[in-house]
Amino acid sequence: MLRREILRPDGSISGDSGPVLSIQETLDALERMLLSKRIDERAFSLQRQGRMGTYSAVRGQEASVVGSSLALDPSVDWIVPQYRELPALLRHGLSIEGFLSYWKGNSEAARIPDGVKVLPPQIGLAAQLPHAVGLAWGLQLQGDPGAVMTFIGDGGSSEGDFHESLNLAGVMKAPVVFLLQNNGWAISTPRSKQSAADTFASRGEGYGVPSILVDGNDLFAVSAAAREAVGRAKSGEGPTLIESQTYRLGAHNTADDPSKYVDSGEKLQWEELDPIPRVISYLRARDAITDAEIDDIEARNEAEVARAVDVLDTIGPASAETLFDHVSSTMSIRLRRQRDQILKGASR
Amino acid sequence: MTTMTMIEAIRSTIRQEILRDEKVMVLGQDIGKLGGVFRATEGLQAEFGEDRIVDMPLAEASIVGSAVGLSLSGLNPIAEIQFLGFAQQAYHQIVPQLARFRFRSQGRYSTGVTIRAPFGGGVRAPELHSDAIESQFTSVPGLQVVLPSTPADAKGLLTTAIRSEDPVLFCEPLKGYRLVKGDVPDDDYSIPFGELRIAREGTDVTLFAWSAAVQLAEKAAESLASEGISAQVVDLRTLVPLDVDGIREVVSATGRAVVIHEAPLTSGYGAEVVSTIQEEAFYSLEAPVARVAAPDVPYPNIGIEEVFIPNVDRVVSAVREVVSAE
Repeated sequence: MLRREILRPDGSISGDSGPVLSIQETLDALERMLLSKRIDERAFSLQRQGRMGTYSAVRGQEASVVGSSLALDPSVDWIVPQYRELPALLRHGLSIEGFLSYWKGNSEAARIPDGVKVLPPQIGLAAQLPHAVGLAWGLQLQGDPGAVMTFIGDGGSSEGDFHESLNLAGVMKAPVVFLLQNNGWAISTPRSKQSAADTFASRGEGYGVPSILVDGNDLFAVSAAAREAVGRAKSGEGPTLIESQTYRLGAHNTADDPSKYVDSGEKLQWEELDPIPRVISYLRARDAITDAEIDDIEARNEAEVARAVDVLDTIGPASAETLFDHVSSTMSIRLRRQRDQILKGASR
Repeated sequence: MTTMTMIEAIRSTIRQEILRDEKVMVLGQDIGKLGGVFRATEGLQAEFGEDRIVDMPLAEASIVGSAVGLSLSGLNPIAEIQFLGFAQQAYHQIVPQLARFRFRSQGRYSTGVTIRAPFGGGVRAPELHSDAIESQFTSVPGLQVVLPSTPADAKGLLTTAIRSEDPVLFCEPLKGYRLVKGDVPDDDYSIPFGELRIAREGTDVTLFAWSAAVQLAEKAAESLASEGISAQVVDLRTLVPLDVDGIREVVSATGRAVVIHEAPLTSGYGAEVVSTIQEEAFYSLEAPVARVAAPDVPYPNIGIEEVFIPNVDRVVSAVREVVSAE
């Protein structure tokens, strides 16, 4: 399968591809990518200082996440995330502090605001995919104009739910886009140990699901692929699988130690393919951005992250009552007694 | 009232709910033209179309997992798992996904999916088809576990399940699908969860059961009556939520109890019932509480399933012991 590439690592455009995004859209995307990078840095230091729990950085995958999300209309479309898609969720209406408070340990503060069409993170890999298919299928049955984009990784694609979901999405022609971020690693397990298939995109064919293979560090190629897939979903043509070939430049999460397994030569090669500098090179070549403007973006992002961290620092643990509040729509007699015992120390 | 079999009561309830609420739909294997392997949806696809009564690919996890998504989209899905034993192939979608969505999202989302699944032995079915694995689902916060034993209860409890915002595992006694008949209210009829039913009055001992074991307890009670023992039969109907207060009341009256279930003894739901009895009614007890269950072995091949399933003789001898204890 041919890999689609538009924006070369040096910032030039390959072949006769037209511009996928306008200059303004590109600048906006760059700001989101730089914000993601800044949040990653800050979240790691917060975790190291004991101010936050485990965090999984997006670093290296900014074009893949931001580029794909640009195809979505947050007022009608849904995101069913895995856990490494922060900039897409921010664009869809989540706040930085809302997202981080989940990883700080407060699900109440992290509650997805009403109206924001995002499902909460869940940790059993690939288990979110059938939800995405059902959601998309249900929207279609009700004549809702929305499509669903769901994320998965190279590792998660080995789970049975990935295969069952592609199969069902194909059968139901559900308006869903599977965005498979092949970032080279499932914690320490390399991509080569996940599958003997040449590409993950090739798996779509067996399920009757059209697939696209794309350079995941290429903002334009990812955006174009996602637009095509979302367009297909919304015109009733069904699901698409996109393999976005990218690379996790950081650790799996704050608890991981990639020095034990990552080949430094391979990492250096991928650092040359960093998705952010090539967007800057592209804009510079068109005199669309100056160093001072980049500094301005960084300063805005820094201020936004500082604001969010200030709020995050005021967020303590959820109230003890929330332990009992949302298990079911009504509280059973038994749970009410357990709650009273634990909260009030009252005897039954 | 109309006299119906269990399967007729279930079918008419599904139809009634589809007619009541345009959001209700059914998904499962072979439920369309065939009407399900037990005919629970017979005729419904012809009446309501392929978008409401949906034949699904043979993959239990995607039946439950997509029902979660359909529910999130605003629909009200009933997912049929052909046999409860196969729900284990959807376990990772039922337990950590369906049952936790409300809690995980702190109330932003609810997933009021009803999973219907027949179970229980004595019908000479192949491996896994008969397994009584209800207790694998009763320790799952957020999931309601409902097991009717009569057609009227099937209607009342299924109506409640479908209308509930919460996920419900609705286990149907497959041996009773056609054998068990009874009067079913014609009008809208729902039964709240967490209320046991006294299936037979009695004063000497209380027999606790659910699903097909209720009829077994009733047969045993009949036999015990001929030897002068008055056994009360209590159908718990919903294991989650459990009628804790109701259990206290009935045991306080008789002072003796036997719990009967088709699942193997160890960690069967009987253990929970016995614990509840001793917590709630210890000082009313005049004898240790007994359990009659299957042995701790896998469900066997059909040639010896009669040895595995609790029978009238085993219940009667357990009751005799409990009643004669000083």
